[in-house]
Amino acid sequence: MKKFMSDLLISEMIRLNEQYFIIKLTAEDKLPEMLPGQFAEIKVEDSPSTFLRRPISINFVDYERNELWLLIQIVGAGTLKLSQLRAGDSLNLIYPLGNTFSLPDFKPSDILLVGGGVGIAPLLFWGAKLASEGYTCTFLLGGRSESNLLMLDEFKRYGTVVVTTEDGSSGEKGYVTDHSILKTKQFDAVYTCGPTPMMKAVAAYAAKNKLFCEVSLENTMACGFGACLCCVTDTTDGHLCVCTEGPVFPITKLKW
Amino acid sequence: MVDLRVNLGKIQLKNPVMTASGTFGYGTEYYDFFDVSRIGGIVVKGTTLRDRQGNAYPRMAETPSGMLNAVGLQNKGVEYFAENIYPTLLDLNTSIFVNISGSTVEEYVETAAIINELDHIPGIELNISCPNVKEGGMTFGTSCPSAAQAVKEVRRVYGKELMVKLSPNVTSISEIAKAVEGEGADSISLINTLLGMAIHAETRKPVLSTVTGGLSGPAVKPVALRMVWEVSKSVGIPVVGMGGIINATDAIEFLLAGATAIQIGTANFIDPTTPVKVLEGIEDYLLRHKMNSVSELIGALEV
Repeated sequence: MKKFMSDLLISEMIRLNEQYFIIKLTAEDKLPEMLPGQFAEIKVEDSPSTFLRRPISINFVDYERNELWLLIQIVGAGTLKLSQLRAGDSLNLIYPLGNTFSLPDFKPSDILLVGGGVGIAPLLFWGAKLASEGYTCTFLLGGRSESNLLMLDEFKRYGTVVVTTEDGSSGEKGYVTDHSILKTKQFDAVYTCGPTPMMKAVAAYAAKNKLFCEVSLENTMACGFGACLCCVTDTTDGHLCVCTEGPVFPITKLKW
Repeated sequence: MVDLRVNLGKIQLKNPVMTASGTFGYGTEYYDFFDVSRIGGIVVKGTTLRDRQGNAYPRMAETPSGMLNAVGLQNKGVEYFAENIYPTLLDLNTSIFVNISGSTVEEYVETAAIINELDHIPGIELNISCPNVKEGGMTFGTSCPSAAQAVKEVRRVYGKELMVKLSPNVTSISEIAKAVEGEGADSISLINTLLGMAIHAETRKPVLSTVTGGLSGPAVKPVALRMVWEVSKSVGIPVVGMGGIINATDAIEFLLAGATAIQIGTANFIDPTTPVKVLEGIEDYLLRHKMNSVSELIGALEV
């Protein structure tokens, strides 16, 4: 897929709470095709301590409105600066980068998508695509507390949503892998994105039940398009770049 | 029209803008962003005799105005390069250099001999300055006798442009430069990364898996400029300058300090079109200053 470096226009900034926000971007020209699981490298202007771009998952693409959504958590100076942008400002992106989620070689009847914190971002775009193709999706979303559960109304459009919080402020108390739905319902394909310990636990659940499972990894990157070789992960094929060979990997390929 | 051609020992570049090894892959990673054939040269990823998996993750740390890397020469080996990557480079109309590295002098020699057979590769950049490998690499480039020996042995088997990339992690870079010039290097490129480190205060652990790594980006530019200036005064062969160049002004500063050509490195990660922007900026500068040729800028610093 062709990569672009473009200035996009911010059409809307949505502050979800203290920690999270959504940037909706648009352009005069039609946005290029993007795939669920792909990401963009965002240039942060006027932040002296932010030298490199920030890799951010594509949260959703609304082709009708010609809009690209990014869900971002404020974790440092770069993302803080991004949170201060306003509608009408422009943002420079290199995109779309990386691979995409894929379907197993059989037709899954019940698909589980497990997200934690800001890691839910790519699951919305993927869930929407799965739902549009007639698949049945269950979104299992977790966070430390209620304020970490994001975009639940959007997810509800594409399937059943169940939640966990570590403090019990919403849904079942505990980690996503403690949720009762994993015991009461059979799934045959699992996709996950979130903190590494969570993804490892989900991968262990999938492996134990012999389920098809893909994970979307996040590593620190300098470029995002395969030039720097900084973002490698250890796989059965040796060190592979998360930016070009991933970010989506089948668990069978990862040395977890 | 201004004349942008520069001579680097045995070859002529159509313009002085090159890309630095390890920041430009094999060129193909940048095809979507600009016509790679427009620039004077590319130096492809560090290549070794055998396949190397490189260092463990994490390999990178962002720093004020720069970054540390500890990639450790991950590559599939020179045979793989010659069979699988070289054929994809044949249509590029730019001078392609292969950066080669080794753990022993014999490995450098064997690798260089294989590259010598590739018609479309007019030169190598001998990397005696990689800070991220346990054996070889920088250890060759930090003493005059070992630097001289590596160049001498490679020179025996390699007849084309032999550019030697120097480490800034030395007491006197001019002495190393003179030593490699004495053994037949055609040109010298500098600087490789500066050895540095980053620490997570909260976890009390190093950021990089290797503890130390190589610093690059605008943070190193003043050091690089000083070293290019010193080396270009000490040797008679052309010097290729690099270290933190992100725009045409930076590049012109290196030319003024005595560099015949320049390499763009870390900036490629942030703006992959930097090489063409630098090229256009140099052209504008020459027109603005009513200069006919880029060679008028080389070493034109008025001290």
